[in-house]
Amino acid sequence: MTEQTASKSAAAIDRARDAGRSALVCYLPAGYPDVQASIDAGIAMAKNGADLIEIGIPYSDPVMDGPVIQAATTEAIANGFRVESVFDVVAGITAATDVAVLVMTYWNPVVRLGVDEFSRRLAEAGGAGLITPDLIPDEASEWFAASDKYGLDRVFLVAPSSSPERLAMTVKASRGFVYAVSIMGVTGTRLAVSSSAEKLVADTHAAGAERVCVGLGVSNASHVREIAAYADGVIVGTALVAAIRDGGVAAVADLTRDLSAGLVREEA
Amino acid sequence: MVDAPSENADNNAADAFLQGGSLKHAPGPYFGGYGGRWMPESLIAALDELEDTFEKAKADPEFLAQLSDLNKNYSGRPSLLTEAKRFSEHAGGARIFLKREDLNHTGSHKINNVLGQALLAKRMGKTRVIAETGAGQHGVASATAAALLGLECVVYMGAEDCRRQALNVARMQLLGATVVPVVNGSQTLKDAINDALRDWVSNVDNTHYLLGTAAGAHPFPAMVRFFHEVIGEEARAQILEQTGKLPDAVCACIGGGSNAIGIFHGFLDDPSVKIYGFEAGGDGVDTGRHAATITLGKPGVLHGARSYLMQDDDGQTIESHSISAGLDYPGVGPEHAYLADIGRVSYGPITDSEAMDAFKLLCRTEGIIPAIESSHALAGAIKVGKRLTEGTANPSETVIIVNLSGRGDKDVETAAEWFDMLDEEGKVKGTNLSTRKPKGPADRAETEAVPATAAPASSAADNNEDQN
Repeated sequence: MTEQTASKSAAAIDRARDAGRSALVCYLPAGYPDVQASIDAGIAMAKNGADLIEIGIPYSDPVMDGPVIQAATTEAIANGFRVESVFDVVAGITAATDVAVLVMTYWNPVVRLGVDEFSRRLAEAGGAGLITPDLIPDEASEWFAASDKYGLDRVFLVAPSSSPERLAMTVKASRGFVYAVSIMGVTGTRLAVSSSAEKLVADTHAAGAERVCVGLGVSNASHVREIAAYADGVIVGTALVAAIRDGGVAAVADLTRDLSAGLVREEA
Repeated sequence: MVDAPSENADNNAADAFLQGGSLKHAPGPYFGGYGGRWMPESLIAALDELEDTFEKAKADPEFLAQLSDLNKNYSGRPSLLTEAKRFSEHAGGARIFLKREDLNHTGSHKINNVLGQALLAKRMGKTRVIAETGAGQHGVASATAAALLGLECVVYMGAEDCRRQALNVARMQLLGATVVPVVNGSQTLKDAINDALRDWVSNVDNTHYLLGTAAGAHPFPAMVRFFHEVIGEEARAQILEQTGKLPDAVCACIGGGSNAIGIFHGFLDDPSVKIYGFEAGGDGVDTGRHAATITLGKPGVLHGARSYLMQDDDGQTIESHSISAGLDYPGVGPEHAYLADIGRVSYGPITDSEAMDAFKLLCRTEGIIPAIESSHALAGAIKVGKRLTEGTANPSETVIIVNLSGRGDKDVETAAEWFDMLDEEGKVKGTNLSTRKPKGPADRAETEAVPATAAPASSAADNNEDQN
């Protein structure tokens, strides 16, 4: 991984590691149900155990998302969400907390605003970097330049289907951490964590990644505990979106506290 | 890693063509600055496998023989090239020839691509194919190829399109396919593609995504073109045989652009041949309700490729509108974006109204009911014919080929509505004959309770229950 730039995400993961645990990465989409709620929920997650926060940009064609996140982001767009608001959400959370805040976005909204302009404004808002579910390093030359220029983390995804060559290439291209998708599928809660996740994390570490976080299908403290045993961070999305949908910011705070309990490694 | 596109590549290719180079076999992944693979990492291995399988198959005489046998003895190729003499009178007197893809088995050009891809699926050891469909033509073709080759088939179709093309839903089911109505977003083709991609990423081990148009991530645009190249190759030989010369112009309709790229392929390297692509202008390009992606869109990334895209200032995809379900797509294949930029192909919009006039004209002058998609190409050809013959002493020296990409049987209800042939209950005026789709057994009881005046739009929800 390229480390010439100080990585906010790496620092957050390392703080958790120093405390003897994995990092908790919590996702919510911006503007759901509205921009202020996203800021409040982000702050609540930070105060209840989140080490990193992913703020998603609602997008018209979210091919990697399952029904819960699709419904939330579709509603956010229907309520008038504008992409620029994501910078307000990031700034609102980073002003009130010291968590690393990343933006997770499908690529076209970034292209539309301009990769450089988007990066400049994200850095200005205090953002740590971008997670890019439909951008592979092969197509990311503009993003390499902008992320270097503004000191942003580049979080690319690896999957159980990634070849050893692609794992090595993606690890090299990433900064901050590598996002390992636990299963072949889209976002959504699942009963059990896939067994392919542990192997993928091991392979990604072996390919040179210092920090690997696992996402997709992680929804409760027991999943978190299972993954925390081998990964540097655990990413939870759909369960938090369901929480804010059903119980607002208070439910998000409760769930985050509950999830973070799973991070503490059990004494032998 | 694939090489990143550069602006120079764009200029170089255009220069190469102008200096006598070739455009017709552009291999991808990039067409100038368009194309590529803007896809989740989870699917890259499958794209790599597909590319590898395709490249090997293309060079394998056995595969090519198998494909050619199916094209001839199953699809009925070569398709005819028919001169439309009475129709031509309405196009300034230019001689118009129709490439009769409507005569293929399943009624459109789509069969060319699905047979090729289904054979590839078998070579990859996949047992299941999934497909998206707009008008239903690609879904029907996919279901057909799956039945022929013993593959499981699931077709994603926007609920709105299921309503517009109910007959094709039944057709797919008769062929053994499962049709899944998509209720997300605008409930049309783009949303069907989204759901097909979600299925693919979850089932990629045993499933091939049989994408129906020359769009999407590499290798799809170049591969889908390859399977449709037969259209252009046949048309070129047929026009030479029938007229002794190359045509002055070639016209096709553009949704994603697969029929168009197939016929264009035959003529891209003939500089004397003008090439025209006609997009769906819907209610008119100044109304905002259209699908004229190249005419009014801006470059962006959607469904795996960089190309022109109908999008708002935030990069959110704008819903397209067209009377033709098959053209109702806010993106377009990347090779078309490139051909537009270098000026080799001229792209323009045809409104619903212009397309339906041409539809009726072909019915009345030639005894051929065209697909509404293809009617956009016919309407465009009338304009091109009038323009090219203006002021000429012998208009009949001007020769135009129109790709008649599909037949219009599926569009009878839409056309009957458009031409005000139906009463409020959807019955043909003055008769007791309904054009509405037949209800399935599960639905009949419920139908009793539905008022007979139920608007067609309300059946989108019905479809959802019908098909699951």
